[in-house]
Amino acid sequence: MKKTQTKTEIRLAGSGGQGLITAGIILAEAAILDNKNVVQSQSYGPEARGGASRAEIIIADGPIYFPKATWVDILLAMSQKASDQYSFDLKTGGIFIVDTTYVNQIPTSSALAIPISSRTREKFGKELFSNIVALGVICEATKVVSAQALQAAITARVPVGTEKINTEAFTFGMKLAKEAIKNNNGIEAEVIEADS
Amino acid sequence: MNKKTSYQLMQGNEAVAEGALAAGVSFFAGYPITPSTEIAEVLADRLPATGGKFIQMEDEIGSIAAIIGASIGGCKSLTATSGPGFSLMQENLGFACLAEIPLVIVNVMRTGPSTGLATSPSQGDVMQARWGTHGDHPIIALTPSSVEEAFHYTIKAVNFAEKYRNPVILLMDEVIGHMRARVNLPPRSMVEQINRVHPNMPHEWYLPYERSATGVAPMASFGDGYRYHITGLIHDAKGFPTSNPNEARDNIRGLFAKIERGFSEICLVDYEYMEDAEHAIVAYGSMVLSARSAIEQLRESGIKVGLIKLGTLWPFPRFALERFLPQLKTILVPELNMGQIYREVLRVTSGKAIIEKLNRVNGTIIAPQEIVKTVKGMVR
Repeated sequence: MKKTQTKTEIRLAGSGGQGLITAGIILAEAAILDNKNVVQSQSYGPEARGGASRAEIIIADGPIYFPKATWVDILLAMSQKASDQYSFDLKTGGIFIVDTTYVNQIPTSSALAIPISSRTREKFGKELFSNIVALGVICEATKVVSAQALQAAITARVPVGTEKINTEAFTFGMKLAKEAIKNNNGIEAEVIEADS
Repeated sequence: MNKKTSYQLMQGNEAVAEGALAAGVSFFAGYPITPSTEIAEVLADRLPATGGKFIQMEDEIGSIAAIIGASIGGCKSLTATSGPGFSLMQENLGFACLAEIPLVIVNVMRTGPSTGLATSPSQGDVMQARWGTHGDHPIIALTPSSVEEAFHYTIKAVNFAEKYRNPVILLMDEVIGHMRARVNLPPRSMVEQINRVHPNMPHEWYLPYERSATGVAPMASFGDGYRYHITGLIHDAKGFPTSNPNEARDNIRGLFAKIERGFSEICLVDYEYMEDAEHAIVAYGSMVLSARSAIEQLRESGIKVGLIKLGTLWPFPRFALERFLPQLKTILVPELNMGQIYREVLRVTSGKAIIEKLNRVNGTIIAPQEIVKTVKGMVR
């Protein structure tokens, strides 16, 4: 069992206030619902808003020792700075998702480029749900956790009374990813194999 | 997806709060500070709901004063802070040591000195925990290296404080405080709770600092009917100031004796891959996580390296090193400071092995690969 274990390292990076740490917690809770082992950590500055913010999630079948991501399998960049800083940490064959609302210069043509925040604003009137939309994108594009688990984790974590709109945001994100992959906005349609 | 799972995602700081509740803590006073604030947040919500008290004080001096008072009133008491707040607590920490007040201070360490790097990890307060308050005094400092251990060590910290009538410091680093992991916590019925010994003699016979055979004096709560005096001056068995050299000696030596008596119980140490080890990594807190990952890689390349994991830093568990000295060629001490436990390791091993340190003080943690590289260099 030890030999065949898989480990996926995920980094969600952007600015403080975008809800990336919350998104990281939800993703980690979804992994637990999928019966995986998981560790989540974060890094942020002293500011409440603005400044660099990053959440990391490691999902594995076996034990996880070191809690920080080193070579990431999945990278979400929601700011130009995050994209510039972290794209080099992506493993060969890793999946790179950029929010083109805030990332104008994408360092690689193989990124899945989606204007996550602006599409969220169009659809819901504010960017508040961008993090949940981003989770929908990640789920559809990577299958790193099951949609069912992620949906349950979102519902359990968001404030009471907002479950419905957050579910819509999640579904919207999955739809955005589907469209982008179909239109071949960057990445190949091939995704990392979801383990059973 | 399996709904029956009893696993949950929990943060290190949340685990401390859960541990405090499981240990029977009923009073928290504190002042919020990154990276410890989640402990106060959880307890602000949970303590009042279970009949306990939560109070946000004006600063950390007031916070430790409040938990000293609550403890004298009979409550298991705890506060949580980080380096800057821990500095402010030092004076009253000394009072609690001398007056023998059970309490727990959680210090989630961030990079210092001063305001430092407020959101970044460090292990820079190890020596402050030992000697931050003035005068000769014993102290107990525990340091968890996982979220689950944060829960269990908080319970141990409360239990040791009660059993030995001594302040206990739970030293965490920001990594352990803020990381979230899958945990499976035991039900409350499985948690061992130790309570301080109360006096049972007639009120007028009570001598508050007369040590029992365990080395610890029974402690009456204010309001129980036992009238007694507590002071920060050196005191006699009645609790009143004395400058008699014999009584002063008994007072201070008595503090040390009770901790020495509990030494083997207080020292929490774990060994991994040490049976055949020729090289050891001595680690605590988040450095254990880096070390484990490094050891897995080093073992794969045939290097016989093991882990000595320190769960207790003070009193320093010297036997954990001494027992392996005959088989060890080298010891590496990775720390997020300039080498505070390294000095202890040097002292204890006194030249009987090659000791090296690996230090980091830039707000980031030491990656497994750096440990691998350093150990390979030492082995060669």
